[in-house]
Amino acid sequence: MTNLDTTLPHPRASAFTILLRNALVWRKLLGPSLAFSFGEPIIYLLGLGYGLGQFIGDVNGIPYFTFLASGLLAASAMNVASFEGMFSVFTRMTHQQTYDAILATPLQVDDIVAGETLWCASKSVLNTLPILVVATLLGAIQSWTAIGAIPVFFLVGLCFAGPAILVASFAPSYDFFNYYTTLLITPMFIFSGVFYPVATLPVAAQVIVNILPLSHAIALIRPLVAGLPVADPLLHLGVLTAYAAVGYVAATIFIRRRLIR
Amino acid sequence: MASSIPDPIIVARGLTKHFGQREAVRGIDLDVPRGGCFGFLGPNGAGKTTTLRMILGQSPLTAGTLTVLGLPVPAGIREIRARTGVVPQSDNQDPDFTVVENLRMYARYFGLKPVQVADRIEELLVFLELADRKDANVRELSGGMKRRLSIARALINDPELIMLDEPTTGLDPQVRHLIWTRLRQLKAAGKTLLLTTHYMDEAERLCDRLVVIDRGRIVTEGSPRDLIQQHVEPHVIELQGEAATILPVLEGIAGIRVLSVGETHYCYALELGPVVAGLQRVPQLQYTHRAANLEDVFLKLTGHELRE
Repeated sequence: MTNLDTTLPHPRASAFTILLRNALVWRKLLGPSLAFSFGEPIIYLLGLGYGLGQFIGDVNGIPYFTFLASGLLAASAMNVASFEGMFSVFTRMTHQQTYDAILATPLQVDDIVAGETLWCASKSVLNTLPILVVATLLGAIQSWTAIGAIPVFFLVGLCFAGPAILVASFAPSYDFFNYYTTLLITPMFIFSGVFYPVATLPVAAQVIVNILPLSHAIALIRPLVAGLPVADPLLHLGVLTAYAAVGYVAATIFIRRRLIR
Repeated sequence: MASSIPDPIIVARGLTKHFGQREAVRGIDLDVPRGGCFGFLGPNGAGKTTTLRMILGQSPLTAGTLTVLGLPVPAGIREIRARTGVVPQSDNQDPDFTVVENLRMYARYFGLKPVQVADRIEELLVFLELADRKDANVRELSGGMKRRLSIARALINDPELIMLDEPTTGLDPQVRHLIWTRLRQLKAAGKTLLLTTHYMDEAERLCDRLVVIDRGRIVTEGSPRDLIQQHVEPHVIELQGEAATILPVLEGIAGIRVLSVGETHYCYALELGPVVAGLQRVPQLQYTHRAANLEDVFLKLTGHELRE
């Protein structure tokens, strides 16, 4: 018999205090945080990029090493925001009771969710940038336009923050996140064009992949990294923005239900 | 505001909270006066913490009205929280920050920048005897230090109202005494304290006025002294042992009231003489005599069965 407060989020500037708090903690835990976000993509890039790259050559006119690097950058932005939105938000909401402490101050739930969403996106940028640097040093980046991918990392972070925080709002324990990672994050990572073009999939699968956001993130980041023109930029930006907006509103509504009871 | 009687700092009328079928708070009327320490006493699950959460806007009211610091809940909740300090039941500092970083960050939630609170933080660290641990990580602190940090944190915004949810649970006697001393100093400085506890000694030491809450209702209200006089006989004789041995002896003594909690038997009497005379007929019986206290009121009003 829970009445959901479905009013639209109305965060205030104090949301940035949450962003600041998380940034200060991030700075303290920089080593483990970067190792976690950075290690796996670099291993994929080196292992698959150098290994498979020899056989594959170019894909859609892009060297495979560049093709893969651009996909891994998008996937990293997705993973960083998703894991922060699930595990870290859940920890602050339950074990650490950080939100209980904050809700004794003038901040409100809407400020917390807005701050966490902005932080997830910021962390997507912070933890994906080192991969971009390493990819550049390894010669995977073809153009200066790759700088344009940085704001896209932020948007991808926003896009995945809302759904991840929404999942956290329903989670009874950390194990619950296995559903979301196994059913959505991992399939997107494999099927959305990180490793091969989406066009090689059966048509039905292509439809599903194009409904999900990661393929749109890749469609923006890949040409920027390869120095090619971006096709249909408004469509891809629109899809990512729509996921970000709907996810953020839903996350706010359900985190309210979890914290204000 | 020329009124000679100061406005109460918290006014509740018909305050009610249901969680689905469970009625946690069932129509509480409350007037917490400004200044002094007001206590919420009650067994676990009585509705104390839920009431505190409602006062802080962390739990919507099912029914009733609530005014805190003259502001309505929930409309005025930001300002209420800005003028209130909270010491939660379990310590929830940021484990990744040091003592002083925790205080600085918490000040920011009140819109106070580190430069604005630098002096205040130093004062609070001294006040709660944490100055030499200011750069320690919270993870390294003992339970007593964490609780003192919780109190320091609750004072960072110089609040008018301080709400403490079982502030000394699980602490050693030295820390409890330090905390009690500090809370008395805060009271003397004109702050209003709202304290929940199930330690009767704590309530007797600190509270000027208190309510006993049980099963979501207020059972009684008054000063500790008044409540003791009103509800229990002045003399208490405590006996330890099996009911089968002790109760027959007590049945032979006229004019007393007996309450048994496990193997402890409380014998309440208006006059001490007849009870002692009765007990001395059984020479091997061990007993202690003490004055009635708040625990006796509590046991009488809330019963003696276990609450989980």
